[in-house]
Amino acid sequence: MAERMVHLKVRRQDGPTRPDTGRWEEFKVPLLPQMNVISALQQVQLNPVTVEGKRVPPVVWDCSCLEEICGACTMLVNGRVRQACSALVEQIAPNGEVITLERMTKFPLVRDLIVDRERIFDDLKKVRAWVEMDGTHALGPGPRESPEQQQERYALSRCMACGCCLEACPQYNDSTSFVGAAVINQVRYFNMHPTGAMQANGRLDTIMGAGGITDCGKAQNCVQVCPKEIPLLDSLSSMARATTKRLLLGWLLK
Amino acid sequence: MAAKKTVRSEGGAIRRVAVVGGGLAGLTTTIKLCEAGVPVDIFSLVPVRRSHSVCAQGGINASVNTKGEGDSPRVHLEETVYGGDFLANQPPVKGMADAAPGIVYMLDRMGVPFNRTPEGLLDFRLFGGTLFHRTAFAGATTGQQLLYALDEQVRRFETIDVVDEVGMTIAGERMVRKFEMWDFLSMVLDDAGRCVGMVAQDLKSMQIKAFPYDAVCLATGGPGVIFGRSTNSVICTGAAAARAWRQGAIYANGECIQVHPTAIPGADKLRLISESARGEGGRIWVPKDQKDRRAPKQIPEKDRDYFLERQYPGYGNLVPRDIASRAIFQICFHEKRGIYNDKTTKNENEVYLDLTHKSEAFLREKLAGILEIYEKFAGVDPYHNPMKVFPSVHYSMGGLWVDFEKDASGSLKAGSPRNHATNIPGLYAAGEVDYQYHGANRLGANSLLSCIYAGMVSGPAIASYRQSLARSAYDLPTSVFDDAEVRETEDYQRILEQNQGKDGENVYQLHQELAEVMLRDCTIERDNAKLDKVIEKIGEVEERLKKVKVDDPQERANQNAQFVRNFESMVGLARVIAQGARNRDESRGAHYKPGFPKRNDAEWMRTTLARFKGEGQAPEFIRSFDYECAGQSVHVTDEVDVSLVPPRERKYETAGAASATAAKKEQTHG
Repeated sequence: MAERMVHLKVRRQDGPTRPDTGRWEEFKVPLLPQMNVISALQQVQLNPVTVEGKRVPPVVWDCSCLEEICGACTMLVNGRVRQACSALVEQIAPNGEVITLERMTKFPLVRDLIVDRERIFDDLKKVRAWVEMDGTHALGPGPRESPEQQQERYALSRCMACGCCLEACPQYNDSTSFVGAAVINQVRYFNMHPTGAMQANGRLDTIMGAGGITDCGKAQNCVQVCPKEIPLLDSLSSMARATTKRLLLGWLLK
Repeated sequence: MAAKKTVRSEGGAIRRVAVVGGGLAGLTTTIKLCEAGVPVDIFSLVPVRRSHSVCAQGGINASVNTKGEGDSPRVHLEETVYGGDFLANQPPVKGMADAAPGIVYMLDRMGVPFNRTPEGLLDFRLFGGTLFHRTAFAGATTGQQLLYALDEQVRRFETIDVVDEVGMTIAGERMVRKFEMWDFLSMVLDDAGRCVGMVAQDLKSMQIKAFPYDAVCLATGGPGVIFGRSTNSVICTGAAAARAWRQGAIYANGECIQVHPTAIPGADKLRLISESARGEGGRIWVPKDQKDRRAPKQIPEKDRDYFLERQYPGYGNLVPRDIASRAIFQICFHEKRGIYNDKTTKNENEVYLDLTHKSEAFLREKLAGILEIYEKFAGVDPYHNPMKVFPSVHYSMGGLWVDFEKDASGSLKAGSPRNHATNIPGLYAAGEVDYQYHGANRLGANSLLSCIYAGMVSGPAIASYRQSLARSAYDLPTSVFDDAEVRETEDYQRILEQNQGKDGENVYQLHQELAEVMLRDCTIERDNAKLDKVIEKIGEVEERLKKVKVDDPQERANQNAQFVRNFESMVGLARVIAQGARNRDESRGAHYKPGFPKRNDAEWMRTTLARFKGEGQAPEFIRSFDYECAGQSVHVTDEVDVSLVPPRERKYETAGAASATAAKKEQTHG
């Protein structure tokens, strides 16, 4: 029996200022047990030769944990944004189909499959996505919380800042300042916490202007692609309600 | 000198400290430094929110005694040093156990969504090596949740301006600056051998730059990637620690490598299934009949061998990791009783980890995070089918040697600049990269705690050290930094240029070869003849490394050249690990030699101290050394401080054996 092979087709480019180097390259590597897209790329590193027999620089890509919890290896696998580590070869190409790999398109290119997602972290600063604490010295336990609310908050807290929801969002691009579902979900997360809620209005204010909640076009793509199944639509609608309420009643409550 | 306590150097620069690594230890160190008014630059291979701490699953230990079981920090201390087989210095462990409840409360105040009791209090679960519910948890992704909480607090400091000693805001200078996707290359040392900065490389542009710092703290995690496939992230190469070692930092107990009993086999990595699976009732078993072909659910109780429960009735499935891993290895490797596979017609290196007797609702609330990993990567529903697992390299108890200063109570003296100081003045180490808390075997859920505690201690220690400086690094001649930058730039050029035009070696291939022998002969069972072969292989790899050529000539994001440089460092650390294992002729914790099956306190209750001798040379193993910290000369020996819990033999067959002394004390003193 011939050795089963994995067929990769990778979109490459040497850097943001080098569109002339944009190209597709194809590789065939041996199929291994429990193989995922990352281990297929690792096989390319061992022998970086294309299907045409040309020796090329190994493909570069971003990855770290390899168990879909760090968010680093997010890319387009067969056109769909997801983590490459949990893309199992046997599932996405059971009969040796070509697997295409492309970088995310909404973030500046670094090289090949690597992009720079710093904008997400900058936006988290803008919305003040943290609990304001007095310090790390001993001040006893935090506020009590019901198991129900803990479960609700936990579901929101699993966001890896991978950017899938932003890649899929028609409103998120380099010509708008929309912060996107991931960041608005964080506003809801911190506004739900008993201590975090003390700064709830301040956080809402940050998503009431340009780039905030009203930029959401309700395409609902975000929730479809979230690898952690975070209830992003609930977060968007809940923050839309909260900001509307603040807009209408805020001046009265002052 | 007046300058030493000021925010600015004499030349007017903002005096910063560097923290390398943005996991739990690095972020906690950063927060503590900021609270002490010290501005910080963080360097990290990945955006800090993606650091390896994110992989930790089960929880964090703290003896809060919510369940009224009589747990206390005293019991936690005893169980930790007992589990570590009496190789850990006890004062730092006492400091950690005493601080643990406060640390969990602090995280609670940061908003970590810890699981709750019906009363709304923090819930705690069981973990290995104890019979007390001591582990606070956020589902089964606790590391992720703790990392995020600390990341958020550090992000807050990224928005806060530096304030000088008279209260003036310094415009444009933030308390924290981040250098994400940068690699630590080396320390900058002054003429006196003091660490006065570091050289790093931007992994996007590949620019190499030297920075002055009043101190540097390595919080760079463990070296699992040396073993190829492990539960570690791909960034956990140990290269930063290895580089510090090559520049003179002492590496301690390198041979103490933890193999976790339960991981999912995979082509690129072995994914952990947390000990919390057993803490919540999971059971390990194999069929009694070696050739049993039935699906696991079809095999009745009487035909199953719950071998951990059989061999260790006292602690059962919750024996410490070294013991569970050896037992699984014995069943699969020596007795060939791993799960029989009809397709391959052989007994695979796998055992069952079974949670199917628990309700799905219970499992979803407590363990969804890990069961989701199993479902995604093994393609089988673990709610209704026993999981198939095998041990995997997981954690390094060994690491850079760090100091501590004791107080009158036998705990750590708060604020001492000696705490977490390496033997290089100005270089600190915190987290898995240090060797401090776990002896020869780490207890589950103590790693998140030790990382955060190390940060809680390192921050104030570094602040004290900085205050003691007569001269800031920022006031040294710039040539010190220029020289270091040139040195590293030339070395990087060497990597890009060497062996081009020749039939060179592929570095990834060499890594596979090294990893294979390290994994096979330097993990669960160690044999001196085999270790000699491992060391020989390391020598061979070192020779062939000189013939490595990079396939990538690009200027941007050159991962190939970066890995060559990393691997050159990793091979040195592999030597420390293998030679340390070769030397230690006894069995203690995770270090097990069938040829020397007993612990030998008379000869080996001591810290392995390895010093770099030169390229391609065996490390030098020393019994003592002197170093200088904040103007004080300190004499260090390899003696283990066992002043709090007298050493005794481990007996996990008997319930309560690990906490016998403390339990007795609790009874007498209340």
